[in-house]
Amino acid sequence: MKHRTFFWFILPSLAAMFFFIALPIVSVAVQSLFVEHEQIMTEVENCGPFKCETVLQVDNEATAALREEAPLGRFNGLGTYTNRKHLAFEQVGVAWNETETFGEFMSELINLPFYKALFFTLTYTAVVTPFVIFLGLGVALAVNTLPRAIKGPTIFVSLLPMIVTPLIGALILFWMVDADGIIGATLQKIFNDPNLSLKASTPLTWMMLIVYGIWSSTPFSFIVFYAGLQTVPKETLEAAKIDGASRWQSIRYVVVPYMMPLVVFITLMQLMDNFRVFEPIISFSASAKATSLSWIIFNDLRGGDIQLFGSAGATSILTILGVAILLTPVLIRTWRDFNQKRA
Amino acid sequence: MTLMKSFAAGAVAALMATAAYAECEISSGNVNVLANDFPALKAITGTAAECASGGATISANHNKDFRNITVQALTPNPAEYTSVIVANSSIVPLLNEGLLRPLDDLVAKHGQDIPKNQLITIDGKIMAIAFMANAQHLFLRQDVLDQVGKPAPASWEEVVETAQAIKDAGIMDHPFAFLSMSDWNLGEEFVNMYLGHGGEFFKPGTAEPAINNEQGIATLNMLKELVALSNPDFLTYNTATVVPIWKSGDIAIAQLWGSSGGELLSGEGAEEGVAENTVLVGAPTVAGGSTPASSLWWDGFTIAKNISDEDAEATFLAMMHGTSEKMVTANNDAAVWLMESYVPGPAAAGVAATASAGAEPYPMLPYMGLLHQAVFEELPDFLQGNESAEKTLADIEAAYTAAAKEAGYL
Repeated sequence: MKHRTFFWFILPSLAAMFFFIALPIVSVAVQSLFVEHEQIMTEVENCGPFKCETVLQVDNEATAALREEAPLGRFNGLGTYTNRKHLAFEQVGVAWNETETFGEFMSELINLPFYKALFFTLTYTAVVTPFVIFLGLGVALAVNTLPRAIKGPTIFVSLLPMIVTPLIGALILFWMVDADGIIGATLQKIFNDPNLSLKASTPLTWMMLIVYGIWSSTPFSFIVFYAGLQTVPKETLEAAKIDGASRWQSIRYVVVPYMMPLVVFITLMQLMDNFRVFEPIISFSASAKATSLSWIIFNDLRGGDIQLFGSAGATSILTILGVAILLTPVLIRTWRDFNQKRA
Repeated sequence: MTLMKSFAAGAVAALMATAAYAECEISSGNVNVLANDFPALKAITGTAAECASGGATISANHNKDFRNITVQALTPNPAEYTSVIVANSSIVPLLNEGLLRPLDDLVAKHGQDIPKNQLITIDGKIMAIAFMANAQHLFLRQDVLDQVGKPAPASWEEVVETAQAIKDAGIMDHPFAFLSMSDWNLGEEFVNMYLGHGGEFFKPGTAEPAINNEQGIATLNMLKELVALSNPDFLTYNTATVVPIWKSGDIAIAQLWGSSGGELLSGEGAEEGVAENTVLVGAPTVAGGSTPASSLWWDGFTIAKNISDEDAEATFLAMMHGTSEKMVTANNDAAVWLMESYVPGPAAAGVAATASAGAEPYPMLPYMGLLHQAVFEELPDFLQGNESAEKTLADIEAAYTAAAKEAGYL
């Protein structure tokens, strides 16, 4: 394609990306550098149905004047990034100096909200991503060998977890693992422990969230791999067969290398998706045991009566940085392959 | 009964009956109400909508997430809604931003008959008209208490003792429940218990936290004793979870919102014998104190600042009709109404007892919401036995301080 044609071809989507992705990210980044103005408060007497009391209340006029002057708030630089709710440099430093073993240091670190969330987010990403790739490939290979008549219905059923809205899917599972639900009650019976509760123990909650993650994401990788399988050249497979390759060998040495670009694609998508894990934590009411970076943002904006936009902005930017760091190795690899092919 | 009656009438007795706007016709203006989503509030907006027959437009948006949009909805001029139905805590962000209209002139013109205890005044200006009260208090199963031969517990120590007796007698594995979900609910349980211990949340005259003290430690330890008698899933328990469990007869003692009373006493969907034996009593005291370990809440209507005077007047008239005697008579048991015409029934017993025993109102402070949030973010670690009470309280103060600095209160 001529560069000129290519430019006009891509312009609408470039413009959309600029206005709906780049600009909002810039605005979030700017917001994260500011905090609210100092609240000017005065003592006033409040009376209600129960009693009167003297309390501090925000002086609207004085605060409005401050806002008029600087609508964005007070410039705080990277202060929000380094406070206790985020990277917590000060607290990490204290923990490093005051703990003796690495284990103690880690437990201090995980007591801080950001690192606690990061710990779960990374564990979730590290476990779910490979499972989704291997399971998806396995299901695709299995479905591909089915006779034509039952292939359609099987594909439909395999895609169900993806069709169900994530929030609803997670809620259904949450009710099933309840002590009175079908899975929860069955587990209690199997282990003969009437107090066994998937919601009460931290390791079991993590497992439940991870199993949910695998269940809901596998159909995506399955359908991509299944589409890829249809394009594997039959000749090569037949040649491998004639050379005496077993089914396993032809998968290992023909199918998988052929589908490598798809594996890279799914890895990229899954790393991004899993790093932003959010819905299951809400649906499973799991925030006491597992929090994620996205949950922290949600909690800053929706947890209480006062919204902390700077704090939410800082966590958003840190999430973007986290995704970028995770994706770098995959991207470098792709870039190298691309250059090799060109050379 | 006289106790309840006097509570309903209010501490400051209003001798005049609420004006009965039997007929309501508003000829012009635009009324749009934003409110939480529960039956009592729907009764109010439903009745207010009758005034539309005169030609005014009256609509309402009931939404469980209403508090997340109040500030944004009232900021533009003209505001998206002419009225928001708020509570002690959800009025605070609107006051902080100065988005509410002082109601003094409207009250002088149309509401001289409103009893003084319904008027929420801030710095001498009327900012909201309260119409109902709510509080968390104990729900008991009389038949189970009789089985173990214990009276209704008056203190949290007795609650622990009674629940333990029920457990030991093999009647129930987890006889106790409260609203301990690790979100706003858990924060509220801390606030209640800390108020019962007579604690102060902040250093006087400042926004600096002051909960890391003996009362704070006692509060946490009591909460931990209670969760031990609750189901291990306690961190997922909110009203929607506990009410059905109560109906199924698997709990004998619960601390729930008074507003759940009507539903639990009606026995709809409940096992046989549960509703008949459900008794509502006041919130218990704790650690030998005399104030109930609960906080009092009011719900009331406000009027937006950024609307025309005509709309404001129409809204005030419509809401006056919505909270009129007609509405109260038709929905007497839907809530603990503050209006004179309310006849307290058994569903109001717990709230009335809690209020007359002198429970504290939930603090209406600009920065209270931040402390509440810090509490529920950090408290689960302690309740799950991962850290000491002192460490948790220090964590709560640290989390609050970080948030309060960002919000400009420190």
